[in-house]
Amino acid sequence: MTTMTIAKAINEGLRASLTNNPKSLLMGEDIGPLGGVYRVTDGLIKDFGADRVVDTPLAESGIIGTAIGLALRGYRPICEIQFDGFVFPGFNQITTQLAKMHARSGGKLTAPVVIRIPYGGGIGSIEHHSESPEALFAHTPGLRIITPSSAHDAYWMIQQAVECLDPVIVFEPKRRYWLKGEVDTENAGLASDPFQAHVLREGTDATIVAYGPLVPVALAAAAAAEEDGHSVEVIDLRSLSPIDFDTVTGSVKKTGRLIVAHEAPTFGGLGGEIAARISERAFLHLEAPVIRVGGFHMPYPVAKVEEDYLPDIDKILEALDRSLAY
Amino acid sequence: MGSTQMPTPGIDGTGLNLQSSAGEATGDPAAEMIQLLGPDGKLGTDPVFSDYAKRLDPEQLRGFYADMAKVRRFDQEATALQRQGELALWVPLTGQEAAQIGSGRATQRQDYIFPSYREHGVALTRNVDLAELLKLFRGISNGGWDPRENNFHLYTLVLAAQTLHSVGYAMGIQRDQKLAEAAGSNEPKAAVVAYFGDGASSEGDVHESMVFAASYNAPVVFFCQNNHWAISVPTEVQTKIPLSNRAKGYGFPGIRVDGNDVIAVHAVTEWALEHAREGRGPVLIEAYTYRVGAHTTADDPTKYRGSDEEHAWRAKDPLDRLEKYLRSEGLADEAFFEQVKLDGDKLAAHVRSTTQNLQSPDIRESFARVYAEAHPLVAEELAWFEEYSAGFEGDDEQEAGN
Repeated sequence: MTTMTIAKAINEGLRASLTNNPKSLLMGEDIGPLGGVYRVTDGLIKDFGADRVVDTPLAESGIIGTAIGLALRGYRPICEIQFDGFVFPGFNQITTQLAKMHARSGGKLTAPVVIRIPYGGGIGSIEHHSESPEALFAHTPGLRIITPSSAHDAYWMIQQAVECLDPVIVFEPKRRYWLKGEVDTENAGLASDPFQAHVLREGTDATIVAYGPLVPVALAAAAAAEEDGHSVEVIDLRSLSPIDFDTVTGSVKKTGRLIVAHEAPTFGGLGGEIAARISERAFLHLEAPVIRVGGFHMPYPVAKVEEDYLPDIDKILEALDRSLAY
Repeated sequence: MGSTQMPTPGIDGTGLNLQSSAGEATGDPAAEMIQLLGPDGKLGTDPVFSDYAKRLDPEQLRGFYADMAKVRRFDQEATALQRQGELALWVPLTGQEAAQIGSGRATQRQDYIFPSYREHGVALTRNVDLAELLKLFRGISNGGWDPRENNFHLYTLVLAAQTLHSVGYAMGIQRDQKLAEAAGSNEPKAAVVAYFGDGASSEGDVHESMVFAASYNAPVVFFCQNNHWAISVPTEVQTKIPLSNRAKGYGFPGIRVDGNDVIAVHAVTEWALEHAREGRGPVLIEAYTYRVGAHTTADDPTKYRGSDEEHAWRAKDPLDRLEKYLRSEGLADEAFFEQVKLDGDKLAAHVRSTTQNLQSPDIRESFARVYAEAHPLVAEELAWFEEYSAGFEGDDEQEAGN
């Protein structure tokens, strides 16, 4: 066991992939000598060289499009998109090309491209640097979407993404990059399946589903609720496509109440998808409607008011109160 | 030359001055266009490319003609199949045979081709069964062939997306060759050809692909067929300079070639592929040609262009001029042309019968191919579909009984 930050865990995971898989390579803006704007690729160019840690021209469609070509040639490109809000120039390549390559080739071609995207707010940044566009990608068949919330998960999930034959987008909770945790670099343990949700805290009165940056918030809300005498279960979704509905359904059948929290706008977000699925799978077990806690239907606001925008402990507790009042 | 223009000496390392009049020439394109075989069927000379043309033996020249005739006949048959309701849509290539056969025949087995969606002639040169192309247009498949078999990628309908795939693939080739050379391997060197059109040249992906290709010196040949019309919009709306001149801005050679001259297209593409394979970086070729027919069978060119323009281009027909040359030089006799016609009819019959016998796929195949690895949502939806479908079992028999 080693203690490290999530950023360092991803760095070590990338190092392991580059070491274990000679076909893997990193591509992105400023990922070479600078080590990326968040230093996630720090030091890797020194050890693996410029052919495997590739500083690209400043063009996201170019990064994804050339990564697809490399994948078709048998490589395993791992692309870094500098910030969530800058993925959109690459959106066409991701959704019309990458996601469909396997399907449209009748299964003859695979495009195992990994796309790392730091996402989410709470860092006081300027516009386009705090967004949560995961639903736009989860809505696209052919993509897999995962998001680690701990250092151990981060270390293993990035490597699992590289080994997956399908394209995988890894949404990295940027405001948690510096969150430290224990990492077992020998055994994945519970993290052996990146597409499985984890019950992080058991409870009996209600379930909170969260992922990525909101996992610590959900855990804190559950701890606060406990002081008020409520036993709350917390699930870290980990994978956003596919979603492990079995784990969520099992929990809701036990607790009868579900709150889903994400930073992305509530409207059209994954919370709605989870609410719909759970209403189908566990309707008679529900004691209250599924309640969503998420961003408002507005462009991500300026930093000075982002606290009012972001789901926090109080907003989750308020939702919990509404649920328990039914 | 304006004082703001920086000199770019020796950018291709060959000493060729292929872009001498770049920027100035918006008027007469022929002035800066490589042409060897004119519309009159006479073979001219070029200080660089005549040497490439001289490599061609009579067998190859006859082969060019046979290929062009074959793919034109195929085009007619596919158009007819669409008109008869056998295809949802067809994308005709008539007029562009020389651009496609000339460039396709310049590629070697180890090269990899990324077509757009009109490259039926290139498909022929890569030994793809042309009947396979029709699966896409019949709604059977999004690409019937295995791209790895002939190094001929699937058609790409989102314009220019494939130009970036080409560069990435070429970057992969670079890495493979580096490793192979280090291991002392003697594998033939490879390059990639990216096909796109004058319309697609406006897409941002073309720009990004050229930036990436230049930055990494990727072994890729950008082959732009300027057929003068992006559906209804003329090339003048896409560019104010010859498209080949754009290469200069990226720092690699750009060549405009008469796209209806199969000998010149072949020569220029061979040169460009050698350039790329030898590690000297990308090349842009603009094949100056014309889409004689409609954009697709759903298009109506009479709404946006005059028939005089089409007539003028028909006079520059790529097949006619090679036929004139072969006959005047005594390289092909009547029997040859008769045989070509018979072969074309044979191909058309094969394509027709294959198309009519194509079975519709089962949507279960679509479920199976969304992901390469197991996916619980897809499995769940398939299970639902099976159950739902099972509810209809026996209905057909009942209906038949009624």
